[in-house]
Amino acid sequence: MVFLSVYSAIVHKMSAAPSFPTGRLAPNPTASGAGEPSMNLTDYLRQNQKAILKDWFQTVVDAYPAETAAFLRKEKDPFANPVGSSILEGLQGVYAQVVEGVQEEQVAPFLDRVIRIRAVQDFTPAQALSFVFSLKEVVQSRLEEEGRLPEWAEDLRAMEAAVDQVALMAFNIYMECREKVYELRVEEVKNRTARLLERANAIWASQREGEGSQEES
Amino acid sequence: MAKVPKADELAKVNHRPPQTPWTETPVEFRPGTFCYGAKPKNLEVVGLPNPRDWNPTDEDWKLPDDWKDITIKGMKDRLDKFRTFKLFMDICVRCGACADKCHFFIGSGDPKNMPVLRAELIRSIYRKYFTGSGKILSKYAGARALTEQVIKEWFYYFYQCSECRRCSVFCPYGIDTAEVTIMARELLNELGCTIDWTAGPVANCYMTGNHLGIQPHAFKDMIEFFVDEIEEVTGVRVEPTFNRKGAEVLFITPSGDVFADPGTYTLMGYMMLFHEIGLDYTWSTYASEGGNFGFFTSHEVMKRLNAKMYAEAKRLGVKWILGGECGHMWRVVNQYMDTMNGPADFLEVPKSPITGTVFENAKSTKMVHIAEFTADLIRHGKLKLDPSRNDNKIVTFHDSCNPARGMGLFEEPRYVLKHVCNHFHEMPEGTIREKTFCCGAGSGLNTDEYMEMRMRGGLPRANAVRYVHEKHGVNMLTTICAIDRAVFPALMDYWVPGVDVTGLHELVANALVMKGEKKRTTDLRYEPLPGMEDEEDDDV
Repeated sequence: MVFLSVYSAIVHKMSAAPSFPTGRLAPNPTASGAGEPSMNLTDYLRQNQKAILKDWFQTVVDAYPAETAAFLRKEKDPFANPVGSSILEGLQGVYAQVVEGVQEEQVAPFLDRVIRIRAVQDFTPAQALSFVFSLKEVVQSRLEEEGRLPEWAEDLRAMEAAVDQVALMAFNIYMECREKVYELRVEEVKNRTARLLERANAIWASQREGEGSQEES
Repeated sequence: MAKVPKADELAKVNHRPPQTPWTETPVEFRPGTFCYGAKPKNLEVVGLPNPRDWNPTDEDWKLPDDWKDITIKGMKDRLDKFRTFKLFMDICVRCGACADKCHFFIGSGDPKNMPVLRAELIRSIYRKYFTGSGKILSKYAGARALTEQVIKEWFYYFYQCSECRRCSVFCPYGIDTAEVTIMARELLNELGCTIDWTAGPVANCYMTGNHLGIQPHAFKDMIEFFVDEIEEVTGVRVEPTFNRKGAEVLFITPSGDVFADPGTYTLMGYMMLFHEIGLDYTWSTYASEGGNFGFFTSHEVMKRLNAKMYAEAKRLGVKWILGGECGHMWRVVNQYMDTMNGPADFLEVPKSPITGTVFENAKSTKMVHIAEFTADLIRHGKLKLDPSRNDNKIVTFHDSCNPARGMGLFEEPRYVLKHVCNHFHEMPEGTIREKTFCCGAGSGLNTDEYMEMRMRGGLPRANAVRYVHEKHGVNMLTTICAIDRAVFPALMDYWVPGVDVTGLHELVANALVMKGEKKRTTDLRYEPLPGMEDEEDDDV
């Protein structure tokens, strides 16, 4: 529900007040791409969202072995394929934020969807987070193919700045996830024998009344 | 000045695995993805081979000099002895139906966790040494030589299978990959390559009767501690007995419920229920463990540890055995006990002294699952229940792999749940009942050093919980397995914060209206019952 409401809030925001945080992506009156003189990069990213997301998703799942990548791409049941569906949901949300303006509290749940998984998979930190940066590559190579790069160079820099902003948040989330894993490990070791120690009075007896500090318990 | 790489250059990381065939890609032991090797003292206690100090990250695993002969001979013995093993080595057509059904594959994305490929790790050796085509055509027939690297690979991946059997549900040939894992682990055990998280509990259980090695007086002391806690919450003093000869029923449950939350609340639930119905039962301080980590070691060790249940039942002269909420205990009881250590002709076919119901399904093993027992009590109106006491809990139910796929126990726990709480929601079809996803830490993998891998393996289950958490506000995950109760708190904390974990009989005990009880203001966790929040404040 949380996810759905955050997502619909973003979709709503997309139609209500689209803007880049830097404000550098203003409509470019001199743009002359494909017979759409007033089109800017934001419009382009909106119009081509489906295709770009597909490329981005493909790049991300290609980080997995070939057999796994095929499964992550093809299996549509989110319960049979939680990794693929989480990555897709996460990328969709992050993309909307990059296009319409990054708001920390709104992009975080989407980043979390992807990073929480990759933080415990067989990736180095760099590998786990490289998916954020690959959006730049995907957009850039697409614009290059279509010959739009020179015309939107400035807009592209603004978009890349937005991606960098997302990347910085991604570092935080990644660390939170890793720290959580270590914390869980410590907690589990403590709980395993907590009742025994409690019974042996090795733990301060008033712990149950909540008088003891965290350290003491 | 040094060249500073640009962001897009930094992002160009080659995260593709090496482009070598799977047979030639060595495993890498990264912390968090493997369990520690068995300590020598734990192997010595039960006489298992090659006790030594070692760690999977060591280059030299200190295998016996004739390790290769031991392994090949071990395979031959088992191929001759176990027809299933022979069949499972021969009949797989690699259709791929199982490939994407393993929770470890789904969560990790590692193709060697596809059940078909995991089995292929040992099949390739079988072909090389036991089939004509493999001997002659070698790798062209899918065969490969046995090397130390293969042993390391077996250790890595066969301790990455939780023997949950989900894949076997989908196999058109009925290949039970769990049995392949069981065989592989037996072979690894012959070389002393087992994990300490199973070897330690096995040694403790063999010496003192339970996984933690708690001696009889301390075990009794712990149970009595809960008597005080129950009295504090309910005002009723229950009176358990220990090693009492002539009791009608022997009660056995996993020792995890005695020593670690939240299993402890489930244990209090059992005691309250038995007191309320006046069950003539006793605990044994020797058969003080329902779990059997011998099952994750070898048939022989499993048999030795299991024998104490019948031995205690015989010594105490009980009529039948009642078993608590445990996972693999029930697989051992339901599938192996009767032929391993039975038949237990000295016991009677279990009959509920309260309802008169005869448990025909347990006619052979003489051991009844507590969910069946309680469901029968409720069905006959023998319990006074107030489910509104659990109204602050929005509950879902996790089918533990072994009771679900090992004995088909689907309806009874749900029947009980629906009578003791008002808010119950199923997780999506495809993740429950016979298709249930494992907790990611069964078969002796529930150790803390394995946390990262557990998070991978538990992802599919957590993902389904997340769905009901967001859709229905589920805040309590119910389960009838002690390993589940031990590992789900960490799994939920990582993937679905806000969902707590409980055993079935903790909820039963909350709802149970006991004769002579005081006005209940809290549940067993000392948390206020719905509507009693203010009264709690007044007490403090």
